Amino acid sequence: MNDLQTAPRPAVLARQSFIEMSARERAAALLDPEGQREVLGPFDGLQSPWLPRQGIVPQSDDGVVVLRGRLGGRDAVVAALEGRFQGGSIGEVCGAKIAAALELALRDCEAGRPVLPVLLLETGGVRLQEANLGLAVIAEIQSAVVALRRHVPVVAAIAGLVGCFGGMSLVAGLCSHIVITRQARLGMNGPEVIEQEAGVEELDAADRQLVWSLIGGEQRVATGLADALVDDDAAQVREQVLGFALGAPSEARSAQVSIWRARIDALAANEDLSPKALREAWETPRRAQGDKP
Amino acid sequence: MSTPLSRGRIWFDHLAADARRVDGLPASVLAADGTLDGGPARFLAVVPDPASPFARARQGEVGLREGWGLAAALREALRDDRDGARRALVAVVDVRGQAYGRREEMLGIHLACAAAVDAYASARQAGHKVVALLVGGAMSGAFLAHGYQAQRLLALDDAGVTVHAMGREAAARVTRRSLAELDEIAGAQPPMSYRIADYAGLGLLHRLIDGVDAQAPSARQVERVRESLVEALRDIGSGERDLSVRWTAARAREGRAASVEVRRRMAEQWTR
Repeated sequence: MNDLQTAPRPAVLARQSFIEMSARERAAALLDPEGQREVLGPFDGLQSPWLPRQGIVPQSDDGVVVLRGRLGGRDAVVAALEGRFQGGSIGEVCGAKIAAALELALRDCEAGRPVLPVLLLETGGVRLQEANLGLAVIAEIQSAVVALRRHVPVVAAIAGLVGCFGGMSLVAGLCSHIVITRQARLGMNGPEVIEQEAGVEELDAADRQLVWSLIGGEQRVATGLADALVDDDAAQVREQVLGFALGAPSEARSAQVSIWRARIDALAANEDLSPKALREAWETPRRAQGDKP
Repeated sequence: MSTPLSRGRIWFDHLAADARRVDGLPASVLAADGTLDGGPARFLAVVPDPASPFARARQGEVGLREGWGLAAALREALRDDRDGARRALVAVVDVRGQAYGRREEMLGIHLACAAAVDAYASARQAGHKVVALLVGGAMSGAFLAHGYQAQRLLALDDAGVTVHAMGREAAARVTRRSLAELDEIAGAQPPMSYRIADYAGLGLLHRLIDGVDAQAPSARQVERVRESLVEALRDIGSGERDLSVRWTAARAREGRAASVEVRRRMAEQWTR
């Protein structure tokens, strides 16, 4: 955490919080500094046609920044969700921006011009005001991720504080690699939704310690559901994303069906399984990059 | 307490009547190999399993075992057909939602559902034709996992057939509105509507099949639905392996005009 950085520090020690950055700043911090170019930026005026009809002020980028540029010198595209606009929710326009970017990257990959895709996921899931168009475009994003993965690694980074939920948590599951911070959470149903649907005895959404012990970044990496734990440090996030993006494509977690099926079946009868017991059952070799020095 | 026959099971039993059941799956995942349009087809459905060890996934929800079970059934077909004719895959969709539970989250229900998405998408991209038939709920993440990767979506025109991101009651609670208020808003905002006819207006459906009793279809109605499935299979081009029909179809150009516009302009700006 960077709470203590109130006084100026020498540049070499200074750490820049990634979590506090806007989506635009995050995307820019990830790519090589030279040659960045936003596509369908705020001046293109593509905003949600649905929010104003329901009395909600739209945003000129609809909460997604798509930045073209380079990663370690190679052609790349970053799609970054803005958690501060409508909770990073997926509407028609912002979803289509992500889908279109991935589809064009796929087209280039198929033509022998690899483009490295990176997704910065900060989202509560489908935007309720655009419900079915949000859900539909998530299916299209998923299809593109699965197709792209055969050509290049698809890297997801989940920094927080919103985390990654709903249909977009499935997108994270489809990616080749997931980079996550301790502050971030990755889950399908948000704690509030579970409490509401299943009762407070199922999950007390206000119990932050419990919630993070179940679906927080540290637990996700310890149980093999994410690949690398990073500090809230822009340089560290970039270094880790770069390492994965420039590596060889590997079999995605979501394609390793027999291994994961067996893991679930082995624990199906254990109704009182604790997060700690799960770690012991699923402990995976920690990646050197994710470990604290 | 006896479990009423779910629509998923009713339609699976009708369509896969002469098909050979695939074993090794949880009781909530039905898969069988039959024929459609004279070619091989694997039918898949998710149904309630009151005896599931996962209490939150006993009523037809897509939970951990269902996501991974679907993925296993699909991956098996992918493997077996690698060097030959790719069988068609037919998802019979009646899913009320994903399983909402503490244990589900901890054990990675998002990955289980992603695995089913992955398997459907990988099969389609490998040349399997995938069709989804909506006979009941097609809700949220459960629909993403089971059906939404199909090249063609067909639905029975019936009040019990609903596509949505969140159940009506839950949406009313979350937005602090009465059901009547929610219905009024949904009626004026097509993407928020719970009516299948409004969903069809978005341009995502290939066909809305009317005049069929979704709960107790006659033999003739089952035959009509089967004919619609055959028509949908034939409509899929031999090289068509993506979902582009959902934004290139004439109806989608109106119902999803902004989606079409975003893709057009992003392509213009992609390379300078």
